Amino acid sequence: MLTIYIHNEPYRVKAGINLLEACLSLGFNVPYFCWHPAIKSVGACRQCAVKVFKGPEDTRGTLLMSCVVPVADGMRISIDDPEAVHFRARVIEWLMLNHPHDCPVCDEGGECHLQDMTVMTGHVQRRTRFPKRTHVNQDLGPFVAHEMNRCIQCYRCQRFYCDYAGGRDFGVFGWHDGVYFGRAQSGTLQSEFAGNLVEVCPTGVFTDKSLAQHYTRKWDLTTGPSICVHCGLGCNTIPGARYGQLRRVYSRFNSQVNGYFLCDRGRYGYEFVNSDRRILQPRLRQEDGSLAPVAKAQALAFVGQALQRGKAIGIGSPRASLETNFALRKLVGAEHYFQGESAQKSAISEAILDCLQRGPTPTVSLHEVETCDAVLLLGEDVLNTAPMLGLAIRQASRNQPLEEVARLNVPFWLDLVARLITQDQIGPIFIAATGATRLDGLARQIYRAAPDDLARIGLAIAHLVDPTAPEVSRLPDDAFSFAHPVAEVLKAAKRPLIVSGPSLGSVELIHAAANAAWALTRAGKDARLCYAAESCNSLGAAMLGGGDLTAALELLRSGQADTVLIVENDLRRHMPENDFEELLSLARCVIAVDHLEQATTQRAHCVLPAATFAEAEGTLINNEGRAQRFYKVLPPPAAVQESWRWMGELWVASGRGEASPWPNFDAIVAALASEFAIFKDVPALAPPASFRQVGQKIGRQPHRYSGRTAETADQTVFEPPPPEDADSALAFSMEGTPLEPPSALIPRYWAPGWNSLAALNKFQIEVGGPLHDGDPGQRLIAPKPYPQSPYFKDFVSPFARRPQQFLVVPHHHIYGSEPLSAASAPVASLCPKPYIALNGADAAAAGIAGADQEVVLSLAGASLRLSVILDSTLAASLAAVPAGIAPFEGLDLPAWGTIAAAPAGGQRGGGGS
Amino acid sequence: MIEDKPLTSRMRSDGRAVSLQEYVAAGGYQGLRAALQLSRHQVIEQVAHSNLKGRGGAGFPTAKKWGLIPTDLARQPRYFVVNADEMEPGTMKDRLLMEGDPHQLIEGMIIGSYAVYASVAYLFIRGEYRQSNEVMKQAIAEAYQAGYLGQKILGSDFGLDLHVHTSAGRYMCGEETATLNALEGKRAIPRFKPPHPPVVGVWGKPTAFNNVETICCVPHILREGAHYFRSLSRTEDGGTKIYGASGRVKTPGLWELPMGTSAREIIFEHAGGVPDGCRFRGCLPGGASTAFLLEDHLDAPMDFMSLQAHGSRLGTGTLVVLDDTVCPVGMMLSLEIFFARESCGWCTPCREGLPWIAAMLEALEKGQGRQEDLHILQEHCDLLLLGRTFCALAPGAVDPLRSALKYFHDDFRRHVINRRCPWS
Ligand SMILES: Cc1cc2nc3c(=O)[nH]c(=O)nc-3n(C[C@H](O)[C@H](O)[C@H](O)COP(=O)(O)O)c2cc1C
Ligand code: SF4
Ligand code: SF4
Ligand code: SF4
Ligand code: FES
Repeated sequence: MLTIYIHNEPYRVKAGINLLEACLSLGFNVPYFCWHPAIKSVGACRQCAVKVFKGPEDTRGTLLMSCVVPVADGMRISIDDPEAVHFRARVIEWLMLNHPHDCPVCDEGGECHLQDMTVMTGHVQRRTRFPKRTHVNQDLGPFVAHEMNRCIQCYRCQRFYCDYAGGRDFGVFGWHDGVYFGRAQSGTLQSEFAGNLVEVCPTGVFTDKSLAQHYTRKWDLTTGPSICVHCGLGCNTIPGARYGQLRRVYSRFNSQVNGYFLCDRGRYGYEFVNSDRRILQPRLRQEDGSLAPVAKAQALAFVGQALQRGKAIGIGSPRASLETNFALRKLVGAEHYFQGESAQKSAISEAILDCLQRGPTPTVSLHEVETCDAVLLLGEDVLNTAPMLGLAIRQASRNQPLEEVARLNVPFWLDLVARLITQDQIGPIFIAATGATRLDGLARQIYRAAPDDLARIGLAIAHLVDPTAPEVSRLPDDAFSFAHPVAEVLKAAKRPLIVSGPSLGSVELIHAAANAAWALTRAGKDARLCYAAESCNSLGAAMLGGGDLTAALELLRSGQADTVLIVENDLRRHMPENDFEELLSLARCVIAVDHLEQATTQRAHCVLPAATFAEAEGTLINNEGRAQRFYKVLPPPAAVQESWRWMGELWVASGRGEASPWPNFDAIVAALASEFAIFKDVPALAPPASFRQVGQKIGRQPHRYSGRTAETADQTVFEPPPPEDADSALAFSMEGTPLEPPSALIPRYWAPGWNSLAALNKFQIEVGGPLHDGDPGQRLIAPKPYPQSPYFKDFVSPFARRPQQFLVVPHHHIYGSEPLSAASAPVASLCPKPYIALNGADAAAAGIAGADQEVVLSLAGASLRLSVILDSTLAASLAAVPAGIAPFEGLDLPAWGTIAAAPAGGQRGGGGS
Repeated sequence: MIEDKPLTSRMRSDGRAVSLQEYVAAGGYQGLRAALQLSRHQVIEQVAHSNLKGRGGAGFPTAKKWGLIPTDLARQPRYFVVNADEMEPGTMKDRLLMEGDPHQLIEGMIIGSYAVYASVAYLFIRGEYRQSNEVMKQAIAEAYQAGYLGQKILGSDFGLDLHVHTSAGRYMCGEETATLNALEGKRAIPRFKPPHPPVVGVWGKPTAFNNVETICCVPHILREGAHYFRSLSRTEDGGTKIYGASGRVKTPGLWELPMGTSAREIIFEHAGGVPDGCRFRGCLPGGASTAFLLEDHLDAPMDFMSLQAHGSRLGTGTLVVLDDTVCPVGMMLSLEIFFARESCGWCTPCREGLPWIAAMLEALEKGQGRQEDLHILQEHCDLLLLGRTFCALAPGAVDPLRSALKYFHDDFRRHVINRRCPWS
């Protein structure tokens, strides 16, 4: 810490930061544009000028750009100096010369950093009379709208998109006051993180195209703290709703998890909430076989009887909250509760949980990933399965090159200089995968092989690092020549990271990654181990335990069960078609609780409408074992309620008691915590529903929320009371305390004069740092320091080719492989069609002429008609198919299959088995 | 006889480039031979004693710049870059040097590279200088063949590769850090300083960076000694200077004269004065981005210090002369259109301010100027200062304007009051 003087008052600030960060962290208002807390300083816009004085005697001072000046002990500055104030107003004036001033029709209006900064500098009078320059806009795809005339040339978009996120299809074009930010030509932005442009751009150039479909001003959005449900990383979000519709998702800052950003699957997947496929009424199977809407009481009576009469089992879900899964488990009894995943997937989730707890290597948050300096990716294509993990690894790839920056005494935040020094150097990233991954451009070395061989690579690296780790026999030369340098580099790193995940369906791979990480820890490294997780609560489901779907089917087969209650799960996605059909035929009664119509709900006898993440509260466990809370953003539609609440009502309907054991959310959280030691801290994740600030709840609506009295005026002129929320300290109201809420309950970022996202500065201990009372969420698991690493002794045999057969492996797609986001219109437009990918040599050997040829893939008893893609990066004897995309849902991959040229005619994309 | 025009004396009257044989016959590459006998440190000391200052505009002592390159050799390779982007309006001295006597520049680059332990040198040439590009490429090929470039130069342990980079063309590509970005294939925007190029230069490595004319002086310093070089000058700054005059003079041209020659001598003796019947009104002494000198100032020596007393700078030493037949507002308009167009677009004051300046000047010229325009023009001159803008382009763009507003204020006012350009 050191002391600086602002307006002659001393303040303590952190050493090593810049003046702008210091001023903002101290709560001063200094306007800025080109600086961004995550993408740092370049000194382009000249908006952040302050006066710096040489000493107490210096009365003239020098005007300097605060974002590029490091703080120094004893430094004296003035923000209010008249010359500085005048200059900052002139900078706004310059920026406004060409600005269209079209706030009334601009989607940024009301949360625009340019508006805020303009007001802050006090520039109000237009002094120019000359024509404005204009630009042509581009169509950038389904996510991001482009209106270049609003640009103030702060370069943030390009610095985020290209420098920070590694995008290559975007840039700065042109010169002087004609500089243009966009693509070489119209076309869908290729980056997985393009949506962040909407937040990064301080003006209305880049705005949210999905929001524009049902536009609402920020001040009219009802918002709340939430968690992304589209992968296992648990990025924090702020969804916004109006008139019962979800309108958008913005990032919610969490310094440990997603920081300032989100991936596009997470940002644009939300439209499933508004989908036509929503189930909004209880439905009951009729005499004629149809499913018809019925009253809640009738549905409850039906299910209550079915549960009472039958031998019921409950099938939970890795995408349902802890509370929902727990309630189901209580309702049907632990021995009749199943996790809702295939044997393969359950085993993997359990293996991941096991590896993170029984070995000595700690896991990582996304923020900690960014601090690692060497990374081995084992089998996981993270940009497609856990996109934000890929973004974090990209930041990690800068750490070794940045050491040179430190040696030259250049502050790392001086991004313009730091990138000059590091040039295109990339720290050590190694990728072992079945084929090309989206991070390959970062890789120092790439190894491509079948899943078993990838596992062997991991085991071999473990042994090379620590000779006491089990050896791998018969390692071929090419594998050794990859493994050896990787082991050396990981050993030489300060904080090596091993990354793997469930996507290749291999427990051996999970174990191999653990062995490698444990070996590094044993070798004295501050190593880390990271697994992606498939669903938003995969680890939570594993923590709750319960059998897998094979076991559930067994129970039905044996007659020990005849009634199935399925919660927030489409079994068709977790079991092959035959098993699915068998389960349905064996069950006398199938009850499905879910929010979207899907294969299981279509076949159920009774369907109960569940709330989506946006209409419910709950706790999710992310890939690192971090428990995080999400809250309602909008009240559920009339007949819809949280699944855990349905379980409580079924408890009563099935005669288990007079009243639900969980009348409200806090009650179920308390029950969960008392039953599972691992969840004992879950109630403390956020304040209870009874929490009040100066006697008030926290309003989900801003104090400028408009049209409250008009909202229901078509039905009644009396304003109805706002919906009650008994489950949290948040209210569906604009009334609420003006105080800053506890971090877990922050519904939006706003501060006087700061209407844009940049208001977040006012919620942080220091800009870019944690929220005032700490970032919400808590990791529930810890590594076990062992005298010796408990290595897996798995003996994995080398991948053996089979004549005339292919090992069909799943390739994941950011858009398409995850079902909820795939039901969101903008995302759906980018999902791939079904395909089968082969490398050219294999295709030729199999007599396949080339790309686009129709073939029949025989796999696990099914014959699937598909179109061929040639992929030269695919390891030999592998065939890749898109994971989770019809007709591949529910198939446990990898699996052996055969491929034959398709007979003429017939249907593509998975015609009949 | 002591050679008093070391830079241009060998040049042929037919305008063809001096060949390698001719250059060697006239004592060429002797400076390099001398340098290779010295330690690298001694070479820098010689240059220091010569008082050679950068001819690119800023007048920074060359030896001091080279001395900033770290002495430890940890960060390799090191580079030697010569700036031949010459796009300053009114300036064409580097072109003369390259097209007239290319080996002089090559020899200087080899000596400079030797002094700073550079193993790769780049010559960054303005794209429109087609002939310079061709001449230099051919001369470099000759130098390679003769063993002046490549490995083990003249039997020493020193090796150097010299590449020509043809600029894609922008005034900004001549600003030293933007040159380095352009050389790397990036947008020609300036870099943040510090660190300066001697510490973090091209490809992030230590880099010496000089103007063509500066480097052309170096062989003569090494061959004839620092004392000789200083004795060529009439002032503290060593050497001769290629001065020039263009605009309203009878015989525009370039002349190698002792450093410190007065503007009066250049304009009225060498350039023949303003056309008959015209009255001299002022001149920009060093290209477009320097402030006006008036009649009263013309006796000051044109060196790096003396012009500052009159609020101007030597710049490139190539004068642009204004007489009473040309509208000073119109002259400023055409310059500011140039500067506004050449702004790189990185920082706000320059990117937005210069086009606004140009728009107001244009309005004045069209008779649509307003009184407050003069106020806003003045305000821009007060705001676009170095440190407030990111680089020196915008400060250079307002230097002539500020002096024009001061010296020709009545002309500006007449445009507003008469609602027309008095010269139109
Ligand atoms: C906008 C701008 C353009 C410039 N163009 C040139 C140029 O074309 N040639 C040049 O030698 N210096 C140019 N300079 C000056 C260089 O930045 C630099 O100071 C010079 O090349 C250093 O060489 P010296 O030390 O030998 O003078 C320019 C400067 C600015 C700000
Ligand atoms: S588009 Fe937005 S982020 Fe990009 S330069 Fe313009 S204002 Fe800045
Ligand atoms: S990375 Fe995962 S959790 Fe984060 S926004 Fe994307 S899908 Fe959601
Ligand atoms: S002053 Fe600013 S905009 Fe102008 S050329 Fe320099 S950096 Fe670019
Ligand atoms: S924020 Fe400091 S110059 Fe842009």
